[in-house]
Amino acid sequence: MSETVRRKGKVGYLLLAPAALWLVLFFVIPFYSLVATSLFDQGGSDFRGYQMTYAFGNYVDVVQEYAGPFGRSLLYGAIATAFCLVLGYVLAYAIAFKAGRWKNLMLVLVIAPFFTSFLVRTLSWKLILADDGFIVNTLQTLQVLGDDGRLLATPIAVVAGLTYNFLPFMVLPLYASIDKIDHRLIEASSDLYANPFVGFFKVTWPLSLPGVVSGTLLTFIPAVGDYINAQFLGSTNERVIGNVIQAQFTDANNYPVASALSVLLMVLILAMVLVYVRRAGTEDLL
Amino acid sequence: MSGLSRWVREHLVLMLGLLVLVYTFVPIFVVVGMSFNDPGGRNVYQFGSFTLDNWRDPCGPDDLCSSLLTSIQIGLLATLVATVLGTLAAFALVRHDFAGRSASNLLIFLPMAAPEIVLGSSLLALFVASGFAGQLGFWTILIAHVMFCLSFVVVTVRARLAGMDDDLEQAAMDLYATPGQTFWRVTFPLVLPGILGAALLSFSLSFDDFIITNLNSGNTTTFPMYVYGQERVGVPMQVNVVGTLMFVVSILLVLGSEVRNRRRAPA
Repeated sequence: MSETVRRKGKVGYLLLAPAALWLVLFFVIPFYSLVATSLFDQGGSDFRGYQMTYAFGNYVDVVQEYAGPFGRSLLYGAIATAFCLVLGYVLAYAIAFKAGRWKNLMLVLVIAPFFTSFLVRTLSWKLILADDGFIVNTLQTLQVLGDDGRLLATPIAVVAGLTYNFLPFMVLPLYASIDKIDHRLIEASSDLYANPFVGFFKVTWPLSLPGVVSGTLLTFIPAVGDYINAQFLGSTNERVIGNVIQAQFTDANNYPVASALSVLLMVLILAMVLVYVRRAGTEDLL
Repeated sequence: MSGLSRWVREHLVLMLGLLVLVYTFVPIFVVVGMSFNDPGGRNVYQFGSFTLDNWRDPCGPDDLCSSLLTSIQIGLLATLVATVLGTLAAFALVRHDFAGRSASNLLIFLPMAAPEIVLGSSLLALFVASGFAGQLGFWTILIAHVMFCLSFVVVTVRARLAGMDDDLEQAAMDLYATPGQTFWRVTFPLVLPGILGAALLSFSLSFDDFIITNLNSGNTTTFPMYVYGQERVGVPMQVNVVGTLMFVVSILLVLGSEVRNRRRAPA
């Protein structure tokens, strides 16, 4: 196989230009605009206009006022990602190593449920976890839940919804990296008298780490920003940060506060991602 | 006994995997079931009795089908623009060498790493700052959708292109094919599956988006926004008909392309 030759010259720029321009105009400049808006004076409005006062105090305000929703979003996102990792690993491992000729069919089945609208799927969880539904009744009979215990409008329901909705983002990268593992390495470990558990933790798991890292990122990032699950399945008193940002923009019309929240969320996520990627030692992932 | 326990041990992982798969299908069964639901009383999140009415009159509830139409229009247009621009960019990144390639890769990667709420609020901040707050609607949604679909198209097509060596193209050139002939008869057909996959992905991303759309929509209502708006008052059962149809159509599309690939593959 010959190495693909990369042509030099202006054609490359021409091909790239439309897409790059679109992203600069509608992704880079908007983000700059968001940062600028976050520093506007809170006294303005979209009718009267805003004053640029470099109001870094906006950030102090939002941290003080919305630490709760921030913490909740990060916590829900982290727990849901952990659940996704466990469920997703089992599924990806089964497809890669155990499915044989059913591999392709199983991969299609992994994504198939997610072709239905995200909101419609989340609504159906509302039904599954309903107060007099099968699951709640069973848990009540088993005394796991009290007689008037419920799942809907609790953090459990929100985490369950997030776990469900973002599972494919975990399974696909995990599958891609488990599928590449050379089976002979695992056989070698068992030939050398490693029991299956030792074999798994010393061979399979380390080799699947790139998939683990990209899967957890692809799950965690959208899960933290999501508010549909919290809105449909959670309690109205326990808002998540996406909810707050949305409401500040569209209901309260407080653009500086909404923008400061949004920028802060982005910075927090980027910081966590960088630390995580460093720790996992796969910097070439980006 | 030992035979049984051995069988269990050998198939345990597969069984667990299938269990996870079943779990992902539970909500789909609920959606399909509820599309035949006649709630009777007021609680629409409970099964009342069986009916075919929802299927007979899917456009019954006000605004449901018009929102669906809006979503389909935006989805098709966004897919078209994003697929064309994204494919060109993928060719540039894989086949051409220029200063700023790694910066471009970063520019493509970042929108996928940002949470939707941040992308949506950034665009809204720009629209407001540049005086377009009153013009939010169809076109601003379209702009947003092209923006977030683009990166996914580039990544998908780039993967296809990078996995392809250029031996066949070299051979075509050796046989005196012009660059145009080489491209349209050799390169393009080879990349086409990647482009189609990217287009399918774009359409489903666009069709399903709520968070970014909601912030930049003005008075325009897409299907996800319609569902969101009805959630508090109780969604009409026809929403489940739409959900079921979406599932069936996309399964048929995927299976269709799978069958076509099998037929084409040399035995």
